[in-house]
Amino acid sequence: MATQPKPVEIGADYKEKYGFFVPEEYVFKAKRGLNPEIVKEISFMKGEPEWMTKFRLRSLEIFRKKPMPTWGADLSVIDFENIFYFLKASDKQSKTWEELPPDIKATYDRLGVPEAERKFLAGVSAQYESEVVYHSLQKELSAKGVIFLDTDSALREHPDLFREYFGTVIPPADNKFSALNSAVWSGGSFIYVPKGVRVDVPLQAYFRINAENMGQFERTLIICDEGSFVHYIEGCTAPIYTSDSLHSAVVEIIVKKGARCRYTTIQNWSTNVFNLVTKRAMAYQDATMEWVDGNLGSQITMKYPSVYLMEPGAKGDVLSIAFAGKGQHQDAGGKMIHVAPNTTSTITSKSISKAGGRTSYRGHIKMYPGANNSKSFVKCDALLLDDESRSDTYPYNDVDAENVTLGHEATVSKVSDEQLFYLMSRGITRAEAETMIVNGFIEPFTKELPLEYAVELNRLIQLEMEGSVG
Amino acid sequence: MADFEIKNLRASVEGKEILKGVTLGINKGEVHAVMGPNGSGKSTLSYALMGHPGYSIDGGEVLFKGQNILGLEPDQRARLGIFLAFQYPVVVPGISMTNFLRTALNAKRGYDGKDKSKQISPKEFRSLLKGELEVLHMDDSFLPRYINDGFSGGEKKRAEILQMAMLKPEIAILDETDSGLDIDSIKFVAEAVNRMRGPELGVLIITHYTRILEFIKPDFVHVLVDGHFVLNGGPEIADRLEQTGYSEWMDKEEPAALNKGEVG
Repeated sequence: MATQPKPVEIGADYKEKYGFFVPEEYVFKAKRGLNPEIVKEISFMKGEPEWMTKFRLRSLEIFRKKPMPTWGADLSVIDFENIFYFLKASDKQSKTWEELPPDIKATYDRLGVPEAERKFLAGVSAQYESEVVYHSLQKELSAKGVIFLDTDSALREHPDLFREYFGTVIPPADNKFSALNSAVWSGGSFIYVPKGVRVDVPLQAYFRINAENMGQFERTLIICDEGSFVHYIEGCTAPIYTSDSLHSAVVEIIVKKGARCRYTTIQNWSTNVFNLVTKRAMAYQDATMEWVDGNLGSQITMKYPSVYLMEPGAKGDVLSIAFAGKGQHQDAGGKMIHVAPNTTSTITSKSISKAGGRTSYRGHIKMYPGANNSKSFVKCDALLLDDESRSDTYPYNDVDAENVTLGHEATVSKVSDEQLFYLMSRGITRAEAETMIVNGFIEPFTKELPLEYAVELNRLIQLEMEGSVG
Repeated sequence: MADFEIKNLRASVEGKEILKGVTLGINKGEVHAVMGPNGSGKSTLSYALMGHPGYSIDGGEVLFKGQNILGLEPDQRARLGIFLAFQYPVVVPGISMTNFLRTALNAKRGYDGKDKSKQISPKEFRSLLKGELEVLHMDDSFLPRYINDGFSGGEKKRAEILQMAMLKPEIAILDETDSGLDIDSIKFVAEAVNRMRGPELGVLIITHYTRILEFIKPDFVHVLVDGHFVLNGGPEIADRLEQTGYSEWMDKEEPAALNKGEVG
């Protein structure tokens, strides 16, 4: 280590010699496993400043010291030494269409995903041809002073802004997986919305899609300055195939005074994936943060979007759905941390379990001393489609404030015979009737989505119900 | 043989025998009324004909279009042309009435999400729906609402009749459609059914009270007591029951009057 020059110098040298934007010319052999050399190599490859390299190395140490969480889903089968922590887009393309599991291909067919797009989603192609849309959007955004970039580019192009906020909402030491992400992150989105600017169209990673962006360890940072508004959408309903089994993202959001941010996620990972994501927002005076979070695929998902309500009048919402089919465990929920008085929060969680699938609601409402006159309401509804499936709720409430209102409502129901009979008596098949009941159950979620996503989600539920999605 | 032939139908609920051999033939163009006191098996008859999973069939046949429908799923029966207007329409949250009607119509046309040529076009659906609403003198305010969710008793029954009008069944079973309705709603239902009456529709009205039969004149009346018919005849039977009630077939404590009180 001591013999190596400083990473930033190597990066600069590398840029001169090869040009940063044509890394294909650089000989980089992807290796499995995790150690300081690999972390340094990632940072070097990206030509990062020294502070980021140090941040990564420090995060790796934290990751190594932290024990695996023993609550929630069973994570003991993850083998951290058998994972690629950094792959260049060109490495990812080594797969061919023929190598894809048949169930994934069938799902693309049935969803009617266009050819070019499905190759991207399957990791066969690194670029989805949506550049025209993206460029016209970029023009509009930059006229308003909005920054919308992938996170790596943001670090290069806006180093000061980046450094001011990066890692301030979710420090590496927050949990084992935020530490891992901090050590090896790559890609993700960076958004800055200036004071008083409202972004009318939802910003979608989809417009700016490339392989890095949908990586395993993406890192997203959104800053909504005072009085601004933005709606960001990540993911899509089509299943995303990856042969690598760990997805561990970190999403940090800062919502300043009077601003509002909505973050919508529709994720449908292939069922070999462990999806362990840390999402957190800081909401300041009279600011509103809304998480709209849909989880369909993966083998195990653990995700609890949270809002820290830092100043009076701050508001936080989580609206989530989870669908667990055979062999899947969706452990999802939300956290609301009331720090200031007169803050409000709601968590609405809906889950569907089918064919032995398991869903858990896990939530935490914390009201610190001084968070007086605050309100929180939690509602979780579970729908079980058969007797082998399972649903649990784990609500944790800590209230140290005065004159607060805290409500919790939980229901577990089954698809009722009477509802089925009624729909079937109108000629609707059993499968379609079940799908209707499930779509009706998640309607409070669906109606918050942009129309095209809502339509796709309903279609996807239909496929899940038919059991034709792997 | 009649178009819709119920032969010696026996059915039970949770091991208790309810229908003890019911035989009835309905031709298209005819209106039959099945009357009976509480617990006589009226609702069991309608559920058994539609195929409710909670009712087990112990014997008999129901022949329609050349097959015994008792082995068919409810949706298959519906697609054959049988319709049940529910006594208690079921609430399904999150699905709009419009979506429900469209899905049901598509199902009837054999659209299963694959062959798009069978799917009803938005334009055709709208004009069909608009036409039926006009004929029924209904406004469209409940269409965006969830299926029967928060509907008043009258709205639920009107919605049932609208579904019937849209699906155009060949055999329609009206299960106590008059129960719990005020006189205006009963008249509404009766007028709608009278309008649909014709050579292509056979109707089976199941009722405790004679009141609805003042507005829908049946061709035949059958009295169901303790799981079998005790009397079959013409509309004059309804008049007779109006006077005497079911007392001649009942234990003494059963109230004789038919046109008062609520159905239990």
